[in-house]
Amino acid sequence: MMGWLFFALGAWVLGWWINHLLARYPHQRWAQLAAPIVFGLTLIAIWEGVVHGLDINQVLLPAPSVIAARFAVSLDILWLDFVQTVIKGALSGYAIGCGAAFLIAVAIDRYPFLQRGLLPVGNFVAALPVIGMAPILVMWFGFDWQSKAAVVVVMVFFPMLVNTVQGLQASDAMQRDLMRTYAAGYWRTLFKLRLPAAMPFVFNGLKIASTLALIGAIVAEFFGSPIKGMGFRISTSVGQLALDLVWAEIVVAAIAGSAFYGIMALIEGRVTFWHPSQRS
Amino acid sequence: MRRSILPVLTVVGALFVLWYAAAIWLNAPWAQDRAARAGETLSMQALVVDAWAQDKPKLPAPHQVAIELWQTVAEKKITSKRSLVYHSWVTLSATLLGFVMGTVLGTLLAVGIVFNRTMDMSLMPWVIASQTIPILAIAPMIIVVLNAVGVSGLLPKAMISMYLSFFPVVVGMVKGLRSPDQMQLDQMRTWHASGAQTFWNLRLPASMPYFFTSLKIGMAASLVGAIVGELPTGAVAGLGARLLAGSYYGQTIQIWSALIMAAALAAALVGTIGIIQRVTLKRMGMA
Repeated sequence: MMGWLFFALGAWVLGWWINHLLARYPHQRWAQLAAPIVFGLTLIAIWEGVVHGLDINQVLLPAPSVIAARFAVSLDILWLDFVQTVIKGALSGYAIGCGAAFLIAVAIDRYPFLQRGLLPVGNFVAALPVIGMAPILVMWFGFDWQSKAAVVVVMVFFPMLVNTVQGLQASDAMQRDLMRTYAAGYWRTLFKLRLPAAMPFVFNGLKIASTLALIGAIVAEFFGSPIKGMGFRISTSVGQLALDLVWAEIVVAAIAGSAFYGIMALIEGRVTFWHPSQRS
Repeated sequence: MRRSILPVLTVVGALFVLWYAAAIWLNAPWAQDRAARAGETLSMQALVVDAWAQDKPKLPAPHQVAIELWQTVAEKKITSKRSLVYHSWVTLSATLLGFVMGTVLGTLLAVGIVFNRTMDMSLMPWVIASQTIPILAIAPMIIVVLNAVGVSGLLPKAMISMYLSFFPVVVGMVKGLRSPDQMQLDQMRTWHASGAQTFWNLRLPASMPYFFTSLKIGMAASLVGAIVGELPTGAVAGLGARLLAGSYYGQTIQIWSALIMAAALAAALVGTIGIIQRVTLKRMGMA
């Protein structure tokens, strides 16, 4: 009992001390990477120690070791759910929603009237609890992944639209005049100047949408789903108090979400290498 | 501002036209089905009338939702279980509690991150990573676990709201507290200002525009958290519960009226912060 508590305390002190040392090298790449990793490991160690030390019911808060064991055992279920929710639901909805929003943004950019009308409405809708549309869309598109993709489309559409429209206005009058003196037409200006200038905004929208997509796909499953999928597994496992499986799903969701975001950030770095925020 | 009124009205009007058209398109099959079973054929006009007046339509027409809203908001006593005002209040109280907790937590974290490099290096990446975890997915578990240890009612929902709303506050405040430039910081130093004085007299006032912008995002996120927090436990009250009950019993009009109510709530809350922002910044001479 007490041993575990001392273990937790020790882990905390050790982690703090290491990070304190690391903080002396704020501009080293390895220190920047190591500090959050040490912090995460410390957190896990403290969690493990406290759960055993205070004898917390394993049903309520499973220790990390228990979750890891469960994760290793139920890999097949987790993979099935991952394919159903992330690949089929979230990714397809993300691609459709972001693609449509991007094209529509380019289209309305030609008409200032539409722009002035759609931007306030889009901003308003982006702040609404769009997730509430989930039950309606599940009713329309059935229980399978199509309805989840539809929820994702609705959720990512407006943030993406607003960001792209803003981005297309990012090039200033001087630059556009320069294109004009080169006798560049609308399309050439679009591809050579305005779309590249819009990219930081577009990627901002893509990154926001990437986290929204996962949330949308999972929550939509609470309103009805076939007998697979991460949202389905979470809500039924909570009912059975199999919280170790829930935590395993959460680990999968966290990894998928971080990877998704990370890939977007990586592509952003490649595409918008010229932007001040990428050069430092 | 005035320039954009006409375009906005046009867009909103177009949306309503689309909505009515979609209602016909989606509800017509059911109307025709029923007519065919009764051995009748519907004229175009009768079809449209039927499509806009069904009991459980696939997509209710705007006026049906408006009538339902009027009946549940204005004509019921606000203590009644069927009053939408009552359900909105349940959701609103969780939203506000979570929002306040999230704002306090977010501000404290931001101050820590700005003043302590260890915290900056080890915590900041995790704050960002925390949002790639779909917290809404964990909502059911948080509520069940907190229920099991004896915490129930408002607090579990507020915790979810808090988790969603602290993030924009941290990110915004870190940016805001770091927004004074080197020149201003040097000026404070020439006045021999202590760290606390620099914080209260320079950094905090400078961060206010960022603070309010984050509050708006946090408030919207907080409302989403409260609504989703009501889904999993079969809650009996709140806008989320209305959504869930509506989807179980196919009461589409009820779902839509709850949705519109949630939208109105979000707009009112964000609008209120906007007004406070304008007044405060004007008094501080920043707007």
